[in-house]
Amino acid sequence: MSVRIGVFICHCGTNIGGIVNVPEVVEYAQTLPNVAFTEGNLYTCSEDGLSSIRNNIKEYDLNRVVVASCTPRTHEILFRQNCELAGLNKYLFEFVNLREHCSWVHMEAHDDATLKAKDLVRMGVAKVSLLTPQEDLSTDVIRACLVIGGGISGLSASLTLASQGYHVALIEKKDRLGGLLKDINRVFPSNEPSSHLLDPLISSSSKHQNIDVYLEAELIDVKGFIGNFTVTLRQNSKTKELKVGTIIVSTGAQELQPVGSFGYNRFDNVMTQLEFEQRFKSDFDGLNRVVMINCVGARIEERKYCGRFCCITGMKNAILLKEANPEAEISILQRDIMACGKIFEDYYRTALEMGIRFIRYNVDRPPDVTGSDNVADKVRVYHELMGKDIEIDVDAVLLTTPLVPGEDNQKLSRIMRIPVGNEGYFLEAHQKLRPVEFPSDGIFLAGCARYPTDISECISQGYAAAAKAAIPMAQGQVITDAFTCEVDPSRCSACGRCVEICPFGAIDWADWKDLKGKTRSVAMVNPTECKGCGLCSSSCLSSAIKLKGFTDEEILAMVNTV
Amino acid sequence: MTRKAALVIGGGIAGIQASIDLANMGIQVYLVEKNPSIGGRMAQLDKTFPTNDCAMCILAPKMIECANHENIRLLTYSELDELTGHAGKFKAKITKKARFIEEDKCVGCGECAEKCPTKVNDEFNAGLGKRKAIYKFFPQAVPSTYVIDPDYCRTLNGKKCGVCEKICKANAVNYEQKDEVLTIEIGAVILASGFDLYNVAPLTEYGWGKIKNVLTAMQFERMICASGPTGGHLKRPSDDKEPERLAFIQCVGSRDIRHKRYCSAVCCMHATKEAILAHEHCPGLSSTIFYMDMRAVGKGFQEYVQRAKDQYAVEYIRARPGRVTENDENQNPVIHYEDTINREFRAEEFDMVILSQALVPAESNLSIAEKLGIGLDEFGFVSNPEGMTNPFGTSREGVFGCGFCQSPMDVPDSVVRASAAASKVAEVLASA
Ligand SMILES: Cc1cc2nc3c(=O)[nH]c(=O)nc-3n(C[C@H](O)[C@H](O)[C@H](O)COP(=O)(O)OP(=O)(O)OC[C@H]3O[C@@H](n4cnc5c(N)ncnc54)[C@H](O)[C@@H]3O)c2cc1C
Ligand SMILES: Cc1cc2nc3c(=O)[nH]c(=O)nc-3n(C[C@H](O)[C@H](O)[C@H](O)COP(=O)(O)OP(=O)(O)OC[C@H]3O[C@@H](n4cnc5c(N)ncnc54)[C@H](O)[C@@H]3O)c2cc1C
Ligand code: SF4
Ligand code: SF4
Ligand code: SF4
Ligand code: SF4
Repeated sequence: MSVRIGVFICHCGTNIGGIVNVPEVVEYAQTLPNVAFTEGNLYTCSEDGLSSIRNNIKEYDLNRVVVASCTPRTHEILFRQNCELAGLNKYLFEFVNLREHCSWVHMEAHDDATLKAKDLVRMGVAKVSLLTPQEDLSTDVIRACLVIGGGISGLSASLTLASQGYHVALIEKKDRLGGLLKDINRVFPSNEPSSHLLDPLISSSSKHQNIDVYLEAELIDVKGFIGNFTVTLRQNSKTKELKVGTIIVSTGAQELQPVGSFGYNRFDNVMTQLEFEQRFKSDFDGLNRVVMINCVGARIEERKYCGRFCCITGMKNAILLKEANPEAEISILQRDIMACGKIFEDYYRTALEMGIRFIRYNVDRPPDVTGSDNVADKVRVYHELMGKDIEIDVDAVLLTTPLVPGEDNQKLSRIMRIPVGNEGYFLEAHQKLRPVEFPSDGIFLAGCARYPTDISECISQGYAAAAKAAIPMAQGQVITDAFTCEVDPSRCSACGRCVEICPFGAIDWADWKDLKGKTRSVAMVNPTECKGCGLCSSSCLSSAIKLKGFTDEEILAMVNTV
Repeated sequence: MTRKAALVIGGGIAGIQASIDLANMGIQVYLVEKNPSIGGRMAQLDKTFPTNDCAMCILAPKMIECANHENIRLLTYSELDELTGHAGKFKAKITKKARFIEEDKCVGCGECAEKCPTKVNDEFNAGLGKRKAIYKFFPQAVPSTYVIDPDYCRTLNGKKCGVCEKICKANAVNYEQKDEVLTIEIGAVILASGFDLYNVAPLTEYGWGKIKNVLTAMQFERMICASGPTGGHLKRPSDDKEPERLAFIQCVGSRDIRHKRYCSAVCCMHATKEAILAHEHCPGLSSTIFYMDMRAVGKGFQEYVQRAKDQYAVEYIRARPGRVTENDENQNPVIHYEDTINREFRAEEFDMVILSQALVPAESNLSIAEKLGIGLDEFGFVSNPEGMTNPFGTSREGVFGCGFCQSPMDVPDSVVRASAAASKVAEVLASA
């Protein structure tokens, strides 16, 4: 059957259409070999655009489709499925990125961008002609989840999964569950003791028949892929192997210790909010004059982010101090007060009404804590509204510091091949729409391991990550992309480069009988583990590895047309 | 045992995500949306902070996934009438309002709207433009079926017209179509009714509705959006000139005991985003944001604000402007404010002023809450009596809330809440 290609070119609103002359590219595409139909769309991904693709596949008997639009990262699945709906094998589809690869990087050069868009479309057309139909692979999913970290996020995730009927292995490196919350005195916004919230969760997860809790356990290794991970733990110097289908990372974070700032370590009465909560549970004797300094170690050049809830932590402790002793003089030195949402503005108002003073300081003129011996007795700060320095006498200084990334993040990142972002927190697959997923299938993220968040948000993320983990386990099977690598054993020289280079551990040795009946060991790709990254194929010196959908012939066809 | 099923009310990003997650778990979902299309507020946005992804680009695939999913039944232009029963075994009555268009016949060609003589203010474009009495909710609407607005259509109001019926080659127009009532059985319900925009006209000090070049943030989003009323061209309503200096006023109606006491949570960031986008549209343009606290608390948000300052000519002034007046000569709005650093009163002229209006729970929450038998808090957001232990719960067992209808929150937080609520529903259905 002759190749009949449909080319659909997207304006992407003004993203592409505002720079590339789309009508001109559409007209050009019509002149390319084997192209039977072309069209421009305002948004090819809208239902209008998609139905047009489907209708034209039928109307023009198209057997290959090229969409030139945004990025395959977000849209490839959609367009492939759409082809499938119209009865076309979904692997007979080629994506050309005119946005990230063209219009966004050539915003100032409209004519050249249009020329480049034509080149890119021509290359896509050359490649799509050579594509062949492929079939998806499917594998079974083990109905068990590994939850790493037994703080409030991990406990929430474990409990909901267990009540949905899945098995959970909850591992915690400390000798107790509860994480940060265990050390916290009372929790905003209700100001009830943290144990009210935490204890029921700890006891029900310890008792739940679907949850196995491993305390003082260390994660050593993770092998395998979504649906079928093999996890190695060390507990009491013994190693143990578990089989799970999914993994949730909820390893939390820790409070920053601002070594060397504002008299921390030098004065005994200068402490962080967490140290305060541990030292003074409800007896605040002797704390009549307290100054809190906010944003210590946050929103500065070295650590740009905001700790999100630490303003409220400070306010909470100020309110507790004030409730215990209404005469106490409490001042909070702040840069902005982050009281977002429907509850915290009222909390802030309560603090103001109780007589807690909020004084704004300028980051370029930070407060100064002074004292004698190991006791701080004064804080001096430049008061922006008064336009002068003021001095406040103190019994204690509380430093409000943000959370910082967990110390194991790098190690866990290596073991599971999950990314860590610039600040050192785990990096989700998409900041807006996939906040609790990793790019690697079957591994999910919750709580302060992702970014500082308060308890309600940690619980929400625990539940959300659990929902994501439940999906493949409920389906019982996962479908993997057919674009994987394949070794031609007759060409394999068994050098082992590919086995070493594969970041997913998808390549192993296997026996193979050659034409003469001689058995030798060659490299073999396990297609369910292969992510189609192509590293092996480009590193094989014997050209023995082919990546489906990106074969040499296909790539060369693209190159030769430029 | 009956098939496991759930009802999701509200087809914004939260309701969409909850539906997709449930459907992927193998649960049958009924997604009820009162508007003619799903998409919610996110569909109205141009790009979204903090990554500046185009909103429609990342939303459209989700809308389509909802429409095509074998486990999701989309009920747009529909509303819940009644919920009876209990967790695990509810019965819901739903009215599917007449579109006056046969869904299976309309191909969305739009010829009818072209010819329809009746023009109506376009709510989707925040009142900045007109649509016809027969219309598609927005260009990428899902489903893409047209709908006739019974409040304005001449034929439906007994006047002579019938133009669209004649024009439609697909014979899809049906003036006789009636509302349809469906009864469904479900085990659990998720409410994701989102938010409405606070009417800023009563804040007369800021001149919205009187001074032409004072817009709300949502109007501004529509104006810079390629599919919006100006085709993505940023221009002053008074004279169609490209502005060079913009001002944003924050907390308009929020954090204000005379209006809404709470913080709307997303406006510090969306103003920053809009200032960045304006600069991308008109490279010489600069913006000034008047704010009280710059609430940039999410992942990557501080960096985003820093970039706005460094690369996009955005200046931040801590002040709560007292009023906005108009310079009669050039229609420039003038902002009067007190500089908090040196306590001087100032008046500064801009080409356009954008108000970050307060965001309030969906107006329909009162009636939907009554039908669902759940409580609302004093503001009209869904209340969760169990507090932190169950941030998605409501006062009725088996009914959950997610997204902006619970409390102001941005898209990432709404998506988290949506998946979390889906997990709760799965728990209920597992034990039912
Ligand atoms: C001073 C202070 C006061 C606060 N007050 C409040 C408040 O009043 N209200 C509120 O809502 N929030 C408050 N918070 C925030 C709250 O504590 C956190 O949101 C929450 O506890 C984080 O939970 P998590 O489960 O995500 O992380 P964590 O509590 O940090 O739990 C993570 C767990 O994972 C374990 N772990 C780490 N690495 C590994 C590994 N490699 N293998 C196995 N286990 C591992 C850790 O030991 C820990 O137990 C406060 C925080 C601080 C610092
Ligand atoms: C100007 C502006 C700019 C913004 N920019 C950003 C940004 O850049 N990034 C970001 O993350 N966030 C942004 N936001 C916030 C974002 O819009 C919200 O976080 C998000 O839309 C909340 O989604 P939702 O689904 O909860 O609610 P909505 O989007 O409001 O959806 C609710 C849906 O429910 C439907 N509905 C309501 N009541 C009923 C009923 N009774 N029956 C049936 N259906 C019903 C509505 O019609 C609607 O479709 C912005 C907000 C504004 C105002
Ligand atoms: S939340 Fe923390 S880092 Fe952010 S402004 Fe408040 S104190 Fe500073
Ligand atoms: S109603 Fe008829 S004319 Fe209007 S869009 Fe649908 S098919 Fe086209
Ligand atoms: S019948 Fe109604 S919708 Fe149709 S063209 Fe006339 S006014 Fe417009
Ligand atoms: S987010 Fe910013 S602008 Fe919006 S109400 Fe809160 S403080 Fe005001």
